[in-house]
Amino acid sequence: MLILHCPHCDRMVDETDLHPGGEAHLKRHGPEADAEAFENYLFMRENPKGVHFERWRHVYGCGKWFLAARNTATLEVYGTYPAQTHQPPQTIRDTITERQPGWAWGDFR
Amino acid sequence: MSEPVSALRGRATSGSVQVSDMGLQGMISLRCDLSFGKLKALSKDLVGAPVPALREAQVRNDRAALWMSPDELLFLMPHTEVDDALSRIAKAMKDQHHLALDVSDARALLRVEGPFAREVIAKLAPVDLHPDVFGPGQVLRTRLGQIAAAFWMTDAQTFQVICFRSVAHYAFDLLEASAKAGPVGHFPRGT
Repeated sequence: MLILHCPHCDRMVDETDLHPGGEAHLKRHGPEADAEAFENYLFMRENPKGVHFERWRHVYGCGKWFLAARNTATLEVYGTYPAQTHQPPQTIRDTITERQPGWAWGDFR
Repeated sequence: MSEPVSALRGRATSGSVQVSDMGLQGMISLRCDLSFGKLKALSKDLVGAPVPALREAQVRNDRAALWMSPDELLFLMPHTEVDDALSRIAKAMKDQHHLALDVSDARALLRVEGPFAREVIAKLAPVDLHPDVFGPGQVLRTRLGQIAAAFWMTDAQTFQVICFRSVAHYAFDLLEASAKAGPVGHFPRGT
């Protein structure tokens, strides 16, 4: 069972209070994009064993979205941050590097 | 004219922790930028309390201002005063982007009162309700069993719970069952 920190309510929230929103930091490619970019945006996901970035919604609480950096293998949570963030904050990247040297996820490392 | 009634029609249980319907309650949901300056005077005007800060419940007798999310407040007041309050909100917020909605009849308000009321709620919600963590003056929006609910404490032995009207009977039955099952003894009594 995951317990994540909701950055909007500033409290620890049980997984059953949350709704998962899939992978974080997706770059949207609209109908004007070429077929391959659109397919990548729509279907291709990281699905890593290890460091992962996800979207979560505090659905039974404030109703706001936030992003979480966590490890899918160890269930360790590196941190959460508001959804209005284009890339993981440096403090969270540093925490991950400390725990998982040499990690990479999409364009982030 | 149709006569407004609460979903539970005054249902109540007896026992050392009592669950009861609090009847009709005026509720206004206000969504806006909570840092908007005129909100202070508006909150004072509507419920006689300051704008609640993060997770705060400002309760004044039968009125309250509750923090719902970073851009949402819930004002509680007598059911008959809602229309007047809405026009006062519209006046105070007229230059500000906002949404004010009468949600009185979309919700139900319950009271859970007794020496182990804290445990009655704690058994149903995935939150830390230890007296050091949660007490009067705070509000939590979470889950009770299978439904969304919000609750706050008016004193050390009394919780008020709001849920959607459509699930009021479920909420009542759930709280009643939890109260009937008795205390767990996890928290000190009467806190």
